[in-house]
Amino acid sequence: MIRVLLPAHLRTLARLQGEVTLEVKQPVTIQAILDALETHYPMLQGTIREHVTHRRRPFVRFFACEQDFSNITPDTPLPEAVASGAEPFLIVGAMAGG
Amino acid sequence: MSRIRVLVGTRKGAFILTADGTRRKWDVDGPHFGGWEMYHLKGSPINPDRLYASQTSSWFGQIIQRSDDGGKTWKTPGGESIPDPYGPPAGVSNKFVYDISPETGKPLTTHQWYDGTQHPWEFKRVWHLEPSLSNPDTVYAGVEDAALFRSTDGGQTWQELSGLREVKGHLWQPGAGGMCLHTIMLDPADPQRLFVAISAAGAFRTEDGGLTWKAINRGLQSQFELPDPDADVGHCVHCLAMHPHRPNVLFMQKHWDVMRSDDAGNSWYEISGDLPTDFGFPIAVHAHQPETVYVVPITSDSEHYPPGGRLRVYRSRSGGQEWEGLTQGLPQQDCYVNVLRDAMAVDSLDPCGVYVGTTGGQVYVSADDGDSWMSIVHDLPAVLSVEVQTLP
Repeated sequence: MIRVLLPAHLRTLARLQGEVTLEVKQPVTIQAILDALETHYPMLQGTIREHVTHRRRPFVRFFACEQDFSNITPDTPLPEAVASGAEPFLIVGAMAGG
Repeated sequence: MSRIRVLVGTRKGAFILTADGTRRKWDVDGPHFGGWEMYHLKGSPINPDRLYASQTSSWFGQIIQRSDDGGKTWKTPGGESIPDPYGPPAGVSNKFVYDISPETGKPLTTHQWYDGTQHPWEFKRVWHLEPSLSNPDTVYAGVEDAALFRSTDGGQTWQELSGLREVKGHLWQPGAGGMCLHTIMLDPADPQRLFVAISAAGAFRTEDGGLTWKAINRGLQSQFELPDPDADVGHCVHCLAMHPHRPNVLFMQKHWDVMRSDDAGNSWYEISGDLPTDFGFPIAVHAHQPETVYVVPITSDSEHYPPGGRLRVYRSRSGGQEWEGLTQGLPQQDCYVNVLRDAMAVDSLDPCGVYVGTTGGQVYVSADDGDSWMSIVHDLPAVLSVEVQTLP
């Protein structure tokens, strides 16, 4: 199972507490994770990536294993530690403002 | 006795204020959707417990929320968790997609950017929600970048009424707050007739339910904002108002100038009269006196606060030209807040209640047509919108 950590506002929107665990098809990519996440929680559609283009929203970042995956292509396989569930995949609201 | 419910949208959540018909003692409920920008909330006129709310964030985009119990509980229509995650996906209430041309796959038009160059339409947020006068499942949304959408399934799916952007959309441009469609008025006497207003494009009217539109800006003058001061489109209209029993008489707060039309927008004339300044954002009409109009003058386009640090609502009882400053109960020194375009509303009790919300987080009520005011709350986040429901 993949572990996903959402920012507080999106946890509230999806009525979630703590991490989300998802079954994600192999290979585990950002696209596959977001597809699974939005299938389970349709209210998150459009909040992380754009509806039509599926582009990441500008103020959203993707972190895992102490690395920034925000700008990799969405079909790039993620590290084994994410695929195995050893490490969470972090969806983060970008730092902006003061 | 009637009850009053005030729906307040702020920069950091929504609040619901309730009182009995005396409008003296208020209960404050909230924040709902804490931390989110709540641009607008409005109830259905035929089912007052059906509320729609625009929840938005620069980070996570647009969400539409709906309540069927007067704001006690909310849901994202079409966005509920589904029992079978591998079943067909539900609709998504936050999906606002501009109509696209089949030839190019791109938005139908571009609009003018701040520097006069062309810029593609990009959806940002919903500024205003206007529930239908006849069907609680039908609701209109005015959005940034300016366009009008309609839902006929309770906010679950949205379709653009794209004929609007065909009215010289390439000449529309963003105001300081963005290029927003902020005013939607439905004609109670003619379900096919709607009015909308856009900053900075002007006012528009449809008489066929939104299929085709006409610019209704004749008489507007924008000497310092447009190269052609009396152009068909491009004017920075801040807000429109009308009395429901007199839908051919429209009032407008423009960037500068308070205006009036007696022919449903075909022509406008200025009624700023003796106002201390004719710059401002909101405008409202008394519930029972169609010639009584309210505005909140602001110093200037570069100084968005009341002249002299005195918050005054101005009232005209003669349909414009002659105005009186209403001050009793409003701060008369060191007050440098603004009242945004959707942050003034009236109830339908007698005497008429008038409500304003400020960027300083105050919501004021007058229960006597504006003669005297009291603050309901005074430390909310900046108020973006105020709507009032008069409940049986």
